[in-house]
Amino acid sequence: MTISAERPTEVAASSATPPMQSGRVGWTQRPGWMSQHLGTAIVLGIVGYLFGHWLGNAITGNYAYVQNSGQNSAANFFALLFAVVGWLLGIGALNYPFAKLLGREPKQEPTVEGWSKYFRYTLDHKVVGLQYVVGVLLFMFTGGLLAMAIRAELLSPTTHLFGPGTYIEIVSEHGTIMMMMATSIIVGPMGNYFVPLMIGSRKMAFPRIEAFSFWIFVAGYAVIFSALPYGGFPTGWTGYAPLQTQAGPGMISYLFGFAVIGMGMMAAGFNIAVTIINNRAPGMTWSRVPIFVWSILATAALLTLATPTLFAAGLFGILDKTAQTAFYVSEHGGSSYLWENLFWFFGHPEVYIMALPGFGIVAEILPVFTRKPLFAYKVAASGMIGVALLSFFVWQHHLFQSGINPDMRPLFMLTTELISIPTGFIFLVGMGTLYRAKIRFEIPMLFAMALFFNFLIGGVTGVFLSDVPVNVTVHGGFFVLSHFHYTIMGGLLFAFMAGLYYWLPKMTGRMMNKKIGLWHFWTMFIFFNLTFFPMFIIGLLGQPRRVFTYAKNLQGLNDFSSISAFLLGASFLLFFANLMYSMYIKPVKAPANPWDSLGLEWQTASPIPEYNFERIPVVMSDPYHYSEVGAPPVADLGTSAPPVVSTTSGSSPA
Amino acid sequence: MSTENSMKKETHHLRRMATIWIILSVAADLLFMFWIAPHVPPGTMTDTARANQFDFNVLFLMAFPVLIGVWVYMGYAIVNWSAKRAGVPEPIGGPAARGNLKAQVSWIVVTSVIVLFLAGFGTVALIGGKGSGGGEGPNPVWMPAGSAKAETAALTSSASWTPGSNQVLVVQVIGQQWQFTYRYPQFGGFESPKLIIPNNTEIAFNVTSLDVIHSFWAYQLSVKADANPQQNDVAYAKTDQLGNFTVRCSELCGIWHGAMFNYGKVVTPSDFQNWATSTEAANAANTKNLPPFAWTYVPDANGAAGGYYIDGNVTPYSQVETYGAKQPTS
Repeated sequence: MTISAERPTEVAASSATPPMQSGRVGWTQRPGWMSQHLGTAIVLGIVGYLFGHWLGNAITGNYAYVQNSGQNSAANFFALLFAVVGWLLGIGALNYPFAKLLGREPKQEPTVEGWSKYFRYTLDHKVVGLQYVVGVLLFMFTGGLLAMAIRAELLSPTTHLFGPGTYIEIVSEHGTIMMMMATSIIVGPMGNYFVPLMIGSRKMAFPRIEAFSFWIFVAGYAVIFSALPYGGFPTGWTGYAPLQTQAGPGMISYLFGFAVIGMGMMAAGFNIAVTIINNRAPGMTWSRVPIFVWSILATAALLTLATPTLFAAGLFGILDKTAQTAFYVSEHGGSSYLWENLFWFFGHPEVYIMALPGFGIVAEILPVFTRKPLFAYKVAASGMIGVALLSFFVWQHHLFQSGINPDMRPLFMLTTELISIPTGFIFLVGMGTLYRAKIRFEIPMLFAMALFFNFLIGGVTGVFLSDVPVNVTVHGGFFVLSHFHYTIMGGLLFAFMAGLYYWLPKMTGRMMNKKIGLWHFWTMFIFFNLTFFPMFIIGLLGQPRRVFTYAKNLQGLNDFSSISAFLLGASFLLFFANLMYSMYIKPVKAPANPWDSLGLEWQTASPIPEYNFERIPVVMSDPYHYSEVGAPPVADLGTSAPPVVSTTSGSSPA
Repeated sequence: MSTENSMKKETHHLRRMATIWIILSVAADLLFMFWIAPHVPPGTMTDTARANQFDFNVLFLMAFPVLIGVWVYMGYAIVNWSAKRAGVPEPIGGPAARGNLKAQVSWIVVTSVIVLFLAGFGTVALIGGKGSGGGEGPNPVWMPAGSAKAETAALTSSASWTPGSNQVLVVQVIGQQWQFTYRYPQFGGFESPKLIIPNNTEIAFNVTSLDVIHSFWAYQLSVKADANPQQNDVAYAKTDQLGNFTVRCSELCGIWHGAMFNYGKVVTPSDFQNWATSTEAANAANTKNLPPFAWTYVPDANGAAGGYYIDGNVTPYSQVETYGAKQPTS
């Protein structure tokens, strides 16, 4: 669609802005360099690290040295623990709780103007959303570089670039970083930014918990990478014991890193769930809640309920390594199955934490670009809740060949296959919405359509994996590797891109360049498939995961996949180029509602005032009344008239 | 009038899609059945592999119509309902576009039927296939006839195996960083780095580990069982063809995981017996120093599971009945 001149780029808000907060401002919170911000967080983080390291050595000297490493694992753990505490102190996350603990009136966080608010403990959900955008892109970029390294090693069937130790470090870091990034990639940026706007709220239920969830997410990133100077960890992202117990000091970074990220996940999930349940505007009944919000609600429930298991599992692992307990050490009465079960009891809901938000974005975007109402809204919402519920009952399919109680296998085969029914609802919804539509193939729509293509392959191969006789061949090989890249990268990441292209105009007031966007989409879509589809065949032909050597006859396929992977990497550079070009080099002002969306988030003033809505809107219908004669308005926004939005397909698209 | 027109068009669209779908699906399934299906992994080297290949093929034959169905629909929508296409009618919103009970119910019914059929089919294949070659843990529930007897006997010194006796051959697979070794309890419990097994014989693989979790994956035999420390994990397959097969570790077990593979061989029963008896005799002195045959072994403090990567640690092994015990004093 062309950005037509008639579309207003700014919708004025009334100047009578109610102040959000008031109160005494302490020197630590005054804007300026002598206050709390990223810099103080880094300084206090380093101080905490050094202090913790000294403390660990002091209290457990000559006791818990990791054999052959010259490291004391207790010192490593305390160093990371105090580094995170120092980081949180430095950023200002603990000011409020400490003041409350001491029974004093907590000082309000000041409203900081300008770009420096992005480097602070800022309570505005829109700032946190943008902080998350940068945060997850940083995660993705580093994880992606590691992926390039993996594919470079696999150009040859023997070891040629990295030693086996370095290779396994790279594989493990790639997996862990990407998994952590993927838990937050949509919930963090879009969940925080748009959920309050979509439900007509002025803020999140717990703005401090929200800011906390972001800053601890960044700390988790640093903790995970702290494994590298310690020699990494050899376990992959799954961290299986007893390899975990045997591994060097980098393992502490993995275990504690997951615990740190886990705290962020629990905090974010809890905050978002409470917000959606309690902060909906008048009239925003459950049957009017945008489908994206439903998906975030289901995800938030999973984040809150599944992550504690990971947290506990990580704690047990840290105790095994520092205090010589034996949770996972079978010859001392523990069990390696305990980790496998705890990990996957978290790990499988985690898989849907990484799928549901993608479904939500796509279902939210389709009606806008088809100019049709969302088909089978209730089926879509119930499918998301159904997936979330069932996801707690499938975890043992990761253990089909592990020697678990064998008659558990038919049960978990059944539950795993059942979950494809609610997952299939998203296809029903998508196909129904496309039926006799008038589709505008804008960039967000292209990414949304690509999700259906990719996720279908990911989903069908998932059914293969759930079948125990077939699982014997495909478990632990490149087939399963390709399967989950098709669901997570082909699903979630494509949805994330759809969401970014769709919402960045509202978030930044600038349009993404369409021409570069098209190049980005097509290279990403084509090379994604060329990278990962051959891996199904590689897996069927017998290549296990996480190996640096493989059969000579698989070199052709591996090289093909590697070269495609490098080109896929290049397509991300195109994306970054587009981001730089459209946001900084040659910004084009975005219309207030460039896609003619009926969504409530597009109806508020542009740029969005800090308090979101001049008056809390009264919601009158769901936002999907496209192409409907005499459709009710979405909401009564109060004083100024809402921007006029055509519900039809409108002017001819570009 | 307009409603009548749109009704006509509706059936028209769906009928066209259905026609394309049926043609493409039938073509894909036929091509697959005759061209690819015979070569689908894991092949036909054992009865388990054959059964699992059949399972694979059934899934493929069902997957193609599903994939093609969605792709045809999407492709049709992209071509016919693009806003760029001249003469595309304005979409109609309102209640009719918000849902269609018939479409929703039939979608849910069809997907449920497919899924429940697959779960039932998988269960039948799993039970009928004696656990399908997957690790069944220490207490298998689906096992071939005679395996319980053979495995009970394996722990006694009188265990034996002769060609043509229809006996189950018990092979113990011991995973360790970073190789598999194999013990043959029916031949005095000797340990060998080679996996050689007789043809036309039911094999009971008893998989365990001395250190971390490995996974014994005999690709062409269609056997995969995790090797867990201090636990026995049993999987079955009956050999059907002579030839070599690949064994790889398919569970990340440390830095040399990628190099943890070897090749096994299916030979005739008499060749196997010759090899086994001669190896038993040649290894007799070494076998005496091994711990008595057992389903699991606890390594001592110098073993990998209790410690860390072995780096030339020279502390003598303790004289208790653990793996690595009774080493020559040298």
